[in-house]
Amino acid sequence: MDWLYILMPISGVNIFWPGLIILGLGVGIIGGFFGLGGAWMVTPGLNILGFPMAFAIGTDVAQMAGKSLISTMRHGKFGNVDYLLGITMLIGTVVGVEIGAQMVMWLEKIGSVDKVVRWLYVVLLVLLAWLVFHDVWLRRKKEREAQAQNRELDKSATGVDWATKLQAIRIPPVIHFKYAGITCSAWLPIIVSLFTGWLAGILGIGGGLIRMPALVYLVGCPTHLAVGTDLFEVAISGLYGTASYAYKGRVELMAALIMLCGAAIGAQIGVVATKYVKGYGIRFVFGLAVLGCLMSVVLKLLQAEFPSAGWWLSPLATVEVLGFVSAISIYIAIRMVQGAKAELAAKKTAGNS
Amino acid sequence: MFRLRKLWTWAVCLALTLNFLAPSLALAAKAKANVVIVADTRKLDGLLYWWAEMYNESHLLFAIMTMIIIPFLGCILGWLADIVMNHIGIDLQHRDLAEK
Repeated sequence: MDWLYILMPISGVNIFWPGLIILGLGVGIIGGFFGLGGAWMVTPGLNILGFPMAFAIGTDVAQMAGKSLISTMRHGKFGNVDYLLGITMLIGTVVGVEIGAQMVMWLEKIGSVDKVVRWLYVVLLVLLAWLVFHDVWLRRKKEREAQAQNRELDKSATGVDWATKLQAIRIPPVIHFKYAGITCSAWLPIIVSLFTGWLAGILGIGGGLIRMPALVYLVGCPTHLAVGTDLFEVAISGLYGTASYAYKGRVELMAALIMLCGAAIGAQIGVVATKYVKGYGIRFVFGLAVLGCLMSVVLKLLQAEFPSAGWWLSPLATVEVLGFVSAISIYIAIRMVQGAKAELAAKKTAGNS
Repeated sequence: MFRLRKLWTWAVCLALTLNFLAPSLALAAKAKANVVIVADTRKLDGLLYWWAEMYNESHLLFAIMTMIIIPFLGCILGWLADIVMNHIGIDLQHRDLAEK
């Protein structure tokens, strides 16, 4: 079975290459659907497949740039990308990512990069999961109240609404983002992206996991626009991150290219699925994805704290990550196929009549 | 409104301060050793050998090549996937915003 393994020229590790393609396919579907780079599953996934953590982060950033470019091209054709908002956010993202990447190098020198990255993941994921489910719960509550009063809830009604208050702070220059349909101070997206970029640089992710909900809850973007605009951001910041990590010698290009082959197919499935799923549907599944990610990181942390239990915690973490990625990917793929079938059937009916 | 703005200013200042202080704190800690990674080319040949050699000789060239290859391949694969989707017959130009 040696042919299933390939020697990575830079890191010198033997890697199970079908695992890379499956990981790429899964991250492509999930990334295209949620507007994420998908590092939350790829970085631990690559680590599980055998890459050292620093290489896992760099390689992940590289594949993320290519995959997000594919997804952005598709979302752009749907009109889901507000390029002006994306470019405005780039300013903060680039500065933030560079500060974060420098911090990783410093942490690597003092030998605590793995622990810091994983603990940061945990705190962030707990907050995100709470935010998303709290929002969905509030929206449902409003729906129930509207039903009780025999009226229909406004389609634009949201659960958590911090964005309106933040948009009201009009520190000049004030900009109108046409596609997203929002008017706010340019400082709002810049500061939000500076913070999310900094976190992204440390965690070695494109920042989508943080920026997509930040665009929805802090900037006030509609969900579909947040997904597309975020992917545009992930693609650009991913390219910058790739340059940064490659210059530091932490990118295994061969692994990134193998993953891209799977991600190209997955990204199309994920993006097209957003045509058929409502915004709050995306938010709810996003919350589930965050929980899956949280579980995998906690299992990794437990493994580091209790090495004697590693013989069962390690395979459990692998099964959990791969199981979760598979389950969500299959769900999204099914929704895409169902939606496409219905669309094609409707076209056929319209053609016949 | 004024209190919200004050809170916002505080939050921004705190975030920026953390951004710049945290690296300094990490730097202040005692460094263990410089990490130098060299690719082992003994088991490699052909293209992989050339790639690993380039990595060992110049990280700058390695970074530039990586920056060119990744988006190029991304565009090619995206274009191919587009052709397949169009062939199936899915409308890839329009979508309805279901809600906010």
